[in-house]
Amino acid sequence: MEKLSIDELEKRFQAKIDADIKIEPNDWMPEAYRKTLIRQISQHAHSEIVGMLPEGNWITRAPSLKRKAVLLAKVQDEAGHGLYLYSAAETLGMDREQSIDDLHSGKAKYSSIFNYPTLTWADMGSIGWLVDGAAIMNQVPLCRCSYGPYARAMVRVCKEESFHQRQGFEIISTLANGTPEQKAMAQESLNRWWWPALMMFGPSDKDSTHSEQSMKWKIKRVSNDDLRQQFVDVTVPQAEMIGLTVPDKDLKWNEERGHYDFGVINWDEFNQVVQGNGPCNFERIEARKKAKENGMWVREAALAFAEKRKNKIDIKIKEI
Amino acid sequence: MSTKEWPLWEVFIRSKQGLSHKHVGSLRAADSEMAIENARDVYTRRLEGVSIWVVESKLIAASDPKDSDAFFEPAEDKIYRHPTFYDVPDGISHM
Ligand SMILES: [Fe+2]
Ligand SMILES: [Fe+2]
Repeated sequence: MEKLSIDELEKRFQAKIDADIKIEPNDWMPEAYRKTLIRQISQHAHSEIVGMLPEGNWITRAPSLKRKAVLLAKVQDEAGHGLYLYSAAETLGMDREQSIDDLHSGKAKYSSIFNYPTLTWADMGSIGWLVDGAAIMNQVPLCRCSYGPYARAMVRVCKEESFHQRQGFEIISTLANGTPEQKAMAQESLNRWWWPALMMFGPSDKDSTHSEQSMKWKIKRVSNDDLRQQFVDVTVPQAEMIGLTVPDKDLKWNEERGHYDFGVINWDEFNQVVQGNGPCNFERIEARKKAKENGMWVREAALAFAEKRKNKIDIKIKEI
Repeated sequence: MSTKEWPLWEVFIRSKQGLSHKHVGSLRAADSEMAIENARDVYTRRLEGVSIWVVESKLIAASDPKDSDAFFEPAEDKIYRHPTFYDVPDGISHM
């Protein structure tokens, strides 16, 4: 094997990416590419896991057995998404346990949308419709991400997400077509979730620190602002169709651009929530820590049992 | 917090009779039995499989991507292994 300089390796790496050749786990990659991916995939995994909490809050109070079964399946899918993603991140050498501890210590981030409370049943509708809807918009381009295991995980995730969005839309449109009280509940929920959903696409392109390099590496394929615009454009007509009003007085169709113009996002609020000062940040992390601590004995017992059984088999083999 | 981890397993799924098992991802489990049960819950919630294989990740031996050019090179210049290498005269059929 000829020995290549870092410059040459980087050039070949970028040429592969430019030619749309996927990068696989043991291929050479720049350290910064590995680090960026580990950060992004583990944040994504944490978001799926923490994202189970706001909806888990309503499983026992779902209005019917059917709604309960659907919500349970939806939340279980999110657990699956978290697991696909942790295992994708592990292919890059990420230590799963360390990464979970980083989440618990506040060092690692997760999507700030999950720091808002779920106050009414209508929020199960808003989350599926808007939060999963925004997640789909973010994730569909990631199916073409340059890193093979991440792209493959995203394909699985996207297949499952469309069920999530539809079940949410069914909940919210049922309420919107219900009694005046039910409709008011749906509207009130939309009022609370609309802006946080728009913030899910991250800072505006001009303020986004990682975007340019990530686009070059094809880790990110569409810019934050373009995705946000796409989301507004498809969601506003859906709201109109079910008779709900998007809580934005500056919202209007711009004939010339062929897009909706919309109001200014409160980035102060976004930064506050990211920094840990959202309504539920503390509660979410506490719940995750408790889950790990209270489940630890199960993990230890299962390992001890497996060890014991293995020893028994080893002894039997020796006897033969 | 304790960091004693369960081993990592690679999961392979046969999506239906007649097809081979295909790698779908990995997961952590204390032993093979638990790995198969977890694989069912993580990777086949929508009937994506009729059979599951799991193997501990550390037991897999793999070719080295660094050497892959040289490693696969012997097949590169043997175009005569493909049927398109041969001229079939006009008028000859069923070949
Ligand atoms: Fe998800
Ligand atoms: Fe989802």
